[in-house]
Amino acid sequence: METIFSLLVGAFFAASIYLMLSRKLVRVLMGVAILGNAVNLLIFTSGRLLREIPPIIPLGEYLPLETTANPLPQALVLTAIVISFSFFAFFLVLGYRAYQELGTDDMLEMRVAEPENEVEPPLGY
Amino acid sequence: MSLEKTSVDIAAAMITDPTAAKDWLLVTPTLLTMLGGAIALITRKNVRLQPWIGITALALVFCANIALLNHVLNDGVVTMVMGSWLPPFGIAFTADPMGAMFATFASLVALCTGIYAAGSIRPEERRYGFYPFLLMLLCGVSGAFLTGDIFNLYVWFEVLLISSFGLLVLGNKKRQIDGAVKYSLLNLLGTTLFLLATALLYGLVGTLNMADIAMKAAHLENQGPLMGVALLFFLAFAMKAAAFPVNFWLPASYHTPRIVVSAVFAGLLTKVGVYALLRVLLLLLPAGHNWMNTLITLVAILTMLTGVMGALAQTDVRRTIGYLVITGIGSMLAGLAVASEWAVTGAIMYAVHSMIAMTGMFFVFGYIGKLQGTFSLREMGGMYRRSPILAAVSLVLLFAAAGLPPFSGFWPKVLLVEGALDKGMGWLAGVVLLTSILSIICVGRLWIYVFLRGGSQSIADGTMVALPQEKQKLPATVWLSVFPIVLMVVYIGLQPDAVMSFAHKGALTLLDPSAYVESVFGVAP
Repeated sequence: METIFSLLVGAFFAASIYLMLSRKLVRVLMGVAILGNAVNLLIFTSGRLLREIPPIIPLGEYLPLETTANPLPQALVLTAIVISFSFFAFFLVLGYRAYQELGTDDMLEMRVAEPENEVEPPLGY
Repeated sequence: MSLEKTSVDIAAAMITDPTAAKDWLLVTPTLLTMLGGAIALITRKNVRLQPWIGITALALVFCANIALLNHVLNDGVVTMVMGSWLPPFGIAFTADPMGAMFATFASLVALCTGIYAAGSIRPEERRYGFYPFLLMLLCGVSGAFLTGDIFNLYVWFEVLLISSFGLLVLGNKKRQIDGAVKYSLLNLLGTTLFLLATALLYGLVGTLNMADIAMKAAHLENQGPLMGVALLFFLAFAMKAAAFPVNFWLPASYHTPRIVVSAVFAGLLTKVGVYALLRVLLLLLPAGHNWMNTLITLVAILTMLTGVMGALAQTDVRRTIGYLVITGIGSMLAGLAVASEWAVTGAIMYAVHSMIAMTGMFFVFGYIGKLQGTFSLREMGGMYRRSPILAAVSLVLLFAAAGLPPFSGFWPKVLLVEGALDKGMGWLAGVVLLTSILSIICVGRLWIYVFLRGGSQSIADGTMVALPQEKQKLPATVWLSVFPIVLMVVYIGLQPDAVMSFAHKGALTLLDPSAYVESVFGVAP
């Protein structure tokens, strides 16, 4: 099962890297969203894929009766999902504002902060 | 089924004694900043109250950090676990000398930033939330310095990252949005790589507590995958620290926001990356550090050289300072590469120096830029006549940045060069010195052009120009924010003993994790 998931994680990473290498901002943002999910799936797989049984100890027992799911990766993934979701929301707004202000969604044409023909610094003292 | 049957020995999983009052100091910096941030956010429309809330909260955090530093100095590494769960189950906050010292200087920098902002951000603009963002930024930074759990470190990284996004776009100018796109995408990528490495590390050692990782990683049978994880951590944190091949977000964005934001970024953000590098590569995965030592050395050298050459090639003063930040990161990485007792001391001290000196430089040159209406080195000039005191202050900060005695940048460089020579890495010491020489050229030119020269490029040097010539009186907010920093720079330069011995303790704790582990688990490994 872990092998299949590893391959799936790999596919996610491949897709996100491919998208992030694009010059278009929207595709980069999609890549970022997929990257977040790739990492979430990786955390989940790293915690080992066990049975789909909630890790709850029955009343009157000291230990769970059978192998349960690992709850820690779930907590981590939950945290990571919330964070990546909020970041993605911020990025969507930022990307839209960038398109409005700079008039382009091409990374190479975003040269307001770093103009192409900048004056050279004074040479010599 | 009765409840008595399930009564178990709680002491096996939980700390039954109440947490010692002193140990609460560990969470105070994060608690106070979060609380202050919340209050500042609620009252953000009350623009006259904003600076007072912000500065009070920051001053309290600074005091709490001093108390924590004192606690760590007296009692060694301190640990507090959340919810009283015994480590490694509960999230631990662990302050070692390095973390406590970084947190203290970070809060000093943030306090000065809060004071400077009171004068430089117009009241009607305060409602957009500068102070809440600043407090939450410091919350993330302090949390990162004090946490003892690697996933928790990731969460603090995200806290400081989202606050920095907010600060970066405050003002909504075209170039800010351009800078923010590059800054935020690349920084989020770095942080996601950090999470990726954390997930793989968890898959290998099955724990997230740093002390536990330090113990288990050393005894892992299959060390191979750990090297890959260490490499991923190095890439992620190098991105945060703006080390050479992955530093392009810094010069693309640091000159775009308002100057007070650039100042706090230059002081805090990259240093968090350096902190994480030192913590993870030296304390958690020393085997990984040994394995890629050559790579770290190479990155350190390239960061130092490209940083200082970039600084020489810039026209915009803010971008010059941005590149000076990068070249400093190279020096810290040199300490990481050598990884001897005194070299790591030098790296820690350099980080402290870089925090205060770079923030101070942005304050001073930001104010000058505002007076002159330009940040272009070709246009600036004649500042000596307008404010000799500002000239003196900038000279101190610039010399400190170049590593000249008797200022704070000198001693860390001495330690780094000495450490490199002791380890037989003479060429690394040579590069540190070469970088210093190039930095002197860079800062010397900066000072001569901005202060001594009569006026802008088109006017012959030394002649009188139409610039306003009257003496400029510094506003109180500039005095109060710049002078603590300059005093600290001079104090560390003249009396390095206190900071150096503390940094040395931090280096020893990193290189020998037994004190750290003992503080978390109560027993030596």
